Amino acid sequence: MPQLSQLAETYASQIFWLLAIFGLVFFVIGRGMVPKVMDTVTTRDQQIQQDLTAAEAARTKADEEEEAWRKRENDNRAQSQALINQARVAAAEQVAARLEVAQAGFDEKIADAEAQIAAARLAATAEIEAVASDAAQDIVERVAGMHIAPQTASAAVKEVMIHG
Amino acid sequence: MAAEAGKVDPMHQFTIEPLFGSNNWEIAGFNIAFTNSALWMAIAAAALWLFMIGGMKRQLVPNRWQMAVETFTGFIDDTLQANIGKEGRKYVPYIFSLFMFILFANLMGLLPLPLAIVGVHPFTFTSHFTVTGILALLTFLIVLVVGFWKHGLHFFSLFVPHGTPMLMIPLIFVVELFSFLVRPFSLALRLFVAMMAGHVLLEILASFIVDSANAGAGWGLVIGIPIMVLMLAISALEILVAGIQAYVFALLSTLYINDAENLH
Repeated sequence: MPQLSQLAETYASQIFWLLAIFGLVFFVIGRGMVPKVMDTVTTRDQQIQQDLTAAEAARTKADEEEEAWRKRENDNRAQSQALINQARVAAAEQVAARLEVAQAGFDEKIADAEAQIAAARLAATAEIEAVASDAAQDIVERVAGMHIAPQTASAAVKEVMIHG
Repeated sequence: MAAEAGKVDPMHQFTIEPLFGSNNWEIAGFNIAFTNSALWMAIAAAALWLFMIGGMKRQLVPNRWQMAVETFTGFIDDTLQANIGKEGRKYVPYIFSLFMFILFANLMGLLPLPLAIVGVHPFTFTSHFTVTGILALLTFLIVLVVGFWKHGLHFFSLFVPHGTPMLMIPLIFVVELFSFLVRPFSLALRLFVAMMAGHVLLEILASFIVDSANAGAGWGLVIGIPIMVLMLAISALEILVAGIQAYVFALLSTLYINDAENLH
């Protein structure tokens, strides 16, 4: 067993080189490199934590903004609805008023026209009477050779016209 | 590897040989020859250094290598936090160095045949109790220094568990003190024995294959092939053991340091 049989001649060299090399490992790797590696991990963890927090905050903010936007939008919609209603009512009123005015005008015109028609009809009737009595006088004179008084002719015509 | 002609000596693999004519290097009368053992310590350290280089890119989004390095540091960090608590963080450099150095030593000691063909034999320096003993003593010293530094003489209360009857205190104290003093030995022997046993077993099985083949082609097939399959399985097991023993060493060191930090 070389571990025992060589012990006396090799222990010093074993101890020396182990301490030298393990010392090197400890100071260069353990003290030099390991803290940096762990730093990197810590930094990354912090970064991730920060990013998560920032993302969470951004999401909350976005939610709030969306909420505000929705509220604003609803308000705007309600406002525009009200405006539309107002305009509709106003327009309806205006139309009604105009219609009324126009109706009044029409009524007047119709009444006028009817009065005119009635007058015209009256005048025409009178004229027809005159023409008819003249015609009756003429016809009687030509046919019977009699001369009748205009009053008589007109009375006869009136009677005929009244009785149809 | 054959010590004598036709004989395979399974212990020969643990022989320490000075390299590069450094037999007579001395400091203060102590021989410090640069041996194959020292060479493989240097190789393990260099390999560990190369491994760590890959973790130094410090990218926000790590690549696989950086991820692997961070997994190891995170693993040691978690172990220390779980066993010692917040105070444990300051021992990460030591425990990490210990764990990774032993792990790399164990694994590189298992490097297989292709290297042996060109005459390079992996040397498992963790199969020497001189080495594991020094590492265990380092941990033991840290425990002592931290314990007395933090708690002064109160550190001795470690040897008297809570609720010990007055009458029993002297006896318990002696027993606990003994179990405390045995720690570095058990720590050192566990790693040394586990590594040596595995390597001896592989060597003996390998010698079976060589011997059976020498006894004839028939014996070589009948004995050699099953043994080869067995060796494959045991090699896999040894890789597992290499990791487990490194972890056990680091974990026990952590637990001992915890005693010094927090008493109990």
